[in-house]
Amino acid sequence: MVEITIRKRPREDAAVTQRKFFKKTARGKVIKVLRERYLRDDVSCGIQRCGLCTSDVEATLPPLGTQDHKTLLFGHYVVPDTNVFLAQMDLMESPLFTTPIILLQTVMEEVRHRSLPLFNRLKALVNADDKRVWVFYNEYRSETAVVREEGESPNDRNDRGIRKATAWYNTHISLARPPVRNQSKPPVTTAVLLTDDVANRQRAEAEGIKAISVRRYIEGLKESNQLLDLLSAMGEDIEPTRAAAPRHALYPEYLPSATVLAGIKASQLHQGHFNANQYNYLEGSVNVPAFEKPVLLLGRENMNRAINGDIVAVEVFPESEWKAPGDEVVDQETMLKNDDAEDSEEDERDDDAAAKAEERRIVQAQNAKRLAAEKQPTGRIVGMVKRNWRSYVCHIDRTSLQSSNPTSLSQQTVFATPVSRLLPRIRLRTRQAPTLIGQKILVTIDRWDNTSRYPEGHFVRALGKVESKEAEQESLLLEFDVPFRPFGKAILDCLPKEGDKWVVPPKSDDNPEWKDRTDLRDLLICSIDPPGCQDIDDALHARPLPNGNIEAGVHIADVSRFVLADTPMDSEAASRGTTVYLVDKRIDMLPELLGTNLCSLRPHVERLAFSVIWELSPEAEIVGVRFMKSVIASKEAFTYEAAQLRKDDPNMNDDLTKSIRLLNSLAIKLKEGRMKAGALNLASPEVKIHLDSAESSDPVDVEQKQLLETNSLVEEFMLLANISVARKIQETFPQTAVLRRHMPPPPVNFDKLKDVLLKRKGLSVDVSSSANLAASLDKCIDPSEPAFNTLVRIMATRCMLSAEYFCSGSVGRDTFGHYGLASPIYTHFTSPIRRYADVLAHRQLAAAISYSPLHPSLHSKSYVERVLDTVNRRHRMAQMASRASVEFYVGLALKARGKAGVVTEDAFVIRTFRNGINVFVSKLGIEGLVMFKREIQFDAENYCVTVPNPDGSGRTSTISVFDKVKVQIEVEKDPNTQRGKVKMTLLEPVNSSTL
Amino acid sequence: MSSRVEILNDGGYRSDGRRQYELRDITIDLSPRGTADGSAMITHGLTEVMVDVFGPREAKLRGQTLHDRALLTVEVGIVPFSTGERRKRNRGDKRILELAATIKQTFEPIVQTNLYPRSEISIFVSVLQQDGGLLPASINATTLALLTAGIPMTDYVTAITCGVHSTAPLLDLTTLEENDLPHLTVASLPRTFKVTLVAMETRLHVERVSECMKIAGEAGKVLHQEMKRAVEARTKRLVQAMDMAPRIGGVGGGVDRDVDMDEDNQT
Repeated sequence: MVEITIRKRPREDAAVTQRKFFKKTARGKVIKVLRERYLRDDVSCGIQRCGLCTSDVEATLPPLGTQDHKTLLFGHYVVPDTNVFLAQMDLMESPLFTTPIILLQTVMEEVRHRSLPLFNRLKALVNADDKRVWVFYNEYRSETAVVREEGESPNDRNDRGIRKATAWYNTHISLARPPVRNQSKPPVTTAVLLTDDVANRQRAEAEGIKAISVRRYIEGLKESNQLLDLLSAMGEDIEPTRAAAPRHALYPEYLPSATVLAGIKASQLHQGHFNANQYNYLEGSVNVPAFEKPVLLLGRENMNRAINGDIVAVEVFPESEWKAPGDEVVDQETMLKNDDAEDSEEDERDDDAAAKAEERRIVQAQNAKRLAAEKQPTGRIVGMVKRNWRSYVCHIDRTSLQSSNPTSLSQQTVFATPVSRLLPRIRLRTRQAPTLIGQKILVTIDRWDNTSRYPEGHFVRALGKVESKEAEQESLLLEFDVPFRPFGKAILDCLPKEGDKWVVPPKSDDNPEWKDRTDLRDLLICSIDPPGCQDIDDALHARPLPNGNIEAGVHIADVSRFVLADTPMDSEAASRGTTVYLVDKRIDMLPELLGTNLCSLRPHVERLAFSVIWELSPEAEIVGVRFMKSVIASKEAFTYEAAQLRKDDPNMNDDLTKSIRLLNSLAIKLKEGRMKAGALNLASPEVKIHLDSAESSDPVDVEQKQLLETNSLVEEFMLLANISVARKIQETFPQTAVLRRHMPPPPVNFDKLKDVLLKRKGLSVDVSSSANLAASLDKCIDPSEPAFNTLVRIMATRCMLSAEYFCSGSVGRDTFGHYGLASPIYTHFTSPIRRYADVLAHRQLAAAISYSPLHPSLHSKSYVERVLDTVNRRHRMAQMASRASVEFYVGLALKARGKAGVVTEDAFVIRTFRNGINVFVSKLGIEGLVMFKREIQFDAENYCVTVPNPDGSGRTSTISVFDKVKVQIEVEKDPNTQRGKVKMTLLEPVNSSTL
Repeated sequence: MSSRVEILNDGGYRSDGRRQYELRDITIDLSPRGTADGSAMITHGLTEVMVDVFGPREAKLRGQTLHDRALLTVEVGIVPFSTGERRKRNRGDKRILELAATIKQTFEPIVQTNLYPRSEISIFVSVLQQDGGLLPASINATTLALLTAGIPMTDYVTAITCGVHSTAPLLDLTTLEENDLPHLTVASLPRTFKVTLVAMETRLHVERVSECMKIAGEAGKVLHQEMKRAVEARTKRLVQAMDMAPRIGGVGGGVDRDVDMDEDNQT
């Protein structure tokens, strides 16, 4: 049984054993706090074989200290003061610094008070095996405890305590080893005070304590050369800690909203969405209509608390102050790892001064000798038009935790690091921080005062363990704002009452279902889709006509028959906008019964369809087109591969195969015509994830998607159908037709790509029109590197704008064009099961052929605009979500593939930075950063970096954009946030693991 | 910043320099006050509680008297300056009523109320300073006050709080520790090792409870020794005083019983 005792505290010296202080609460109330302190004589000194102390923990200090010093010729320990740890942590952590350290409790507590991340590093240092550190609890030892005196600053009190403890060590050592008579006096071991505070050193010397500055001490050590490098510059003449100053504003105030609105009206201010830079957290930009290039915002103060997506008001500086965007990767986690979550009163402290100075340096570095052409309008945010805050998926930063004790109930202020690199860290108060470590959590931002460096938020809920599939999936859906709740009862009530028993009723003239419907059940219709596709929304047929022309038909699921306007199901579909495809899950826009059964054009059953039937000349020119509601019975559901095989098999000569061949020959001609018109052949990195089985959904492998001839077959006919429908509905409803357009990209978007191509490869692209671009892209070939062309196409795609839905009456007739497809008009008609815009197009087409009257809402321009706005947003989000899902699975696959999760792949350099390169691994479809810790030469004009060879030979290798390199890819866990990160290291031409 | 205090640091010290199983300084003052029949003042560290006991006497409210035993009434008063933040608590305050009810429940089975039917024993608890462990200090002080009032009890009641930091139990928590740790208050009978009260307001892991109870029970024994020493010293003084004035009158009755009980303990 443990020994339970009562500690006695002498009441007489309440001055020493009690501490009284006043504290101001957050509300401004002053509270008097009284604490007691029990002083003891059993605090161990930690010197091995000390005759006076006993300790239940093994002592770590060698009895004679260290003698490896050039000027201190006696055995000694060092007693560093607080500032040494605050400023020189890297030095203290170095394995070359071997002197035994006496770490005083006073120092430890001061470090804890000043910076928790540093405190956590200090704790790791104490527990490190190769270090000899003893924590001496001087505040609890009766001889060394000090009391703050009248008029003494807390800092002076601590310094005095440190000196007193150092002096105590010296007397303690001499007492523990009394000189034995008749023997020569053994060399006395001493505790040496290590401090950069001159006043403290002087006082110590006056009290007879040996004191030395860090630099002087290091100079006397054996490995002084290497250690001196680690010496931080700010350690030179440190000022004593400033007393807590009143909080002052870190950011400029926003202008009042009336002023902002007036300013925007007068075009003095500009309004736009704030976009954070994912490579550099100190940089952001705002696209405004007044300038061709986005307005650049440099540094925290100019970004003024904007968060990605906010609508802000920007003031643009005079042109002489314009700057070029940065060329350096700046990661906020590494930059600000020592920042403290609870910085409230103590902003601008010494310890983060270094980080701030570094930030300033980075911001100013941009200024230096950059090409004038690269300069962009530069400005600052002066007002907030609308915050676009939502909930963010975050991880708790482990180092910002005060106590990781799982039973702790105390409220802590911690940092939550958002998953997205575009967001700043969020300061969070929570009582359950220890249990939230290693979990994905949802955090909402509450406010961002101008006195606070970080936004403040609150915890919403935990999503589950990091890297568990459920948590990752849910966090992905939340992060991209995908509505994923199951369909409610009101919505399910809109489904046909027969459920999955619903069938097309037998043909009769008086049945309303057959009214105005064409019977196409005899046609040889088939569908071609990716493997495993359940929501089949399109089918095709083709047959030769007696007049030598060809009849081709595209049959689209008749979703608008089931989804009627102004029903709960319709409004839900409108708000969902699109079906979202994740690697292992599909979030439907419509209830499953419709999507995968009643609407899905499954083979061998009768289904309602909306058909577009052309009469095409053998040269694939449209002779005539008819639109009709129909009933079809698909004869077969092919996969792309199966259709391809059937087409290529010379032994198959049945009618269905013939019709596929016919379709194919037409598709080839259609494509030719389209290419001639200037359609772009764009590329995006698409990969396919192989799943082990449906249940476990463990990814086994990743491969690039293969495109077959039949893919293009389906694509061509869908495009043709979309274009035909677009023409028809635009004719009938010129004010409210639902169309889709792709704006031509502003030529400046291509400036960078053009420049790189010219300088690195001597190639040029012509961006004056889509036809010219397509032609010049075709010429971008590197004979030795077949993948080069794809790479250029991917990069060109990134320079373009994204396509969008619009209401025909809302924009000028001349902006209807689809740039990528080189079509003057376009809409989406062919996938009504998974896209809401198609449902609207169906309704409009049905009205256009006088099948049914148009619902009044579709006559209203504002309604169509509003719906399409949501659909556009959802569409964008859905794309990002599925990309993120693929990325997550690629990460998992990487882990599963190589041993210990390390994979080596070829990659292309696509961007160079001052301190790293961005590479693209085409085989996996992922992009990654290779960072160099050591100084490298960076040539911004020629887009290359020169990297020294790590073998020390002095040789260097130059890596430039478009170079093929070998990278090692591994998934490593960030120790603080527990999130998996893809880490890339260069293997060829140089190994960058040591750089 | 108070939140920046480590509850139990790597050296095994708590924020006030104690180790895990060390109780705070306890001082006991049993000198009589005013018209009270028994009174005691106890400090656990910076928590200071004064208890006055009146009775057994005729019940103030006739209607409440019980025909077979004495009525135990507890009233708690907390002075506004007992905490750092001045806060006036009314007598009707729910926390205070709960505290009073807890003390009452703790002592009802221990005090031999059946010896005094139709009478009342009033206990007045005044909290002068608070720094964690309010309930245990009140219970310990009440035990001592009842003893000095000469009211027969079956045993001492000793109480202590036990908290758990991660897996390490801590005894006798300060306010700082109480705010941070799950804890329970255990009032035990040190001689019979029975438990008369367990109070828990925070969630404590079920695997830790039995260990806490055991350690709190042991701590109760240590407290018992301390309290007994104080009671013995007081009795000794009384006996000396009586020796000096050899008039043994009716007043001595209560004192005798007090001594009896004490001897009983020593055997």
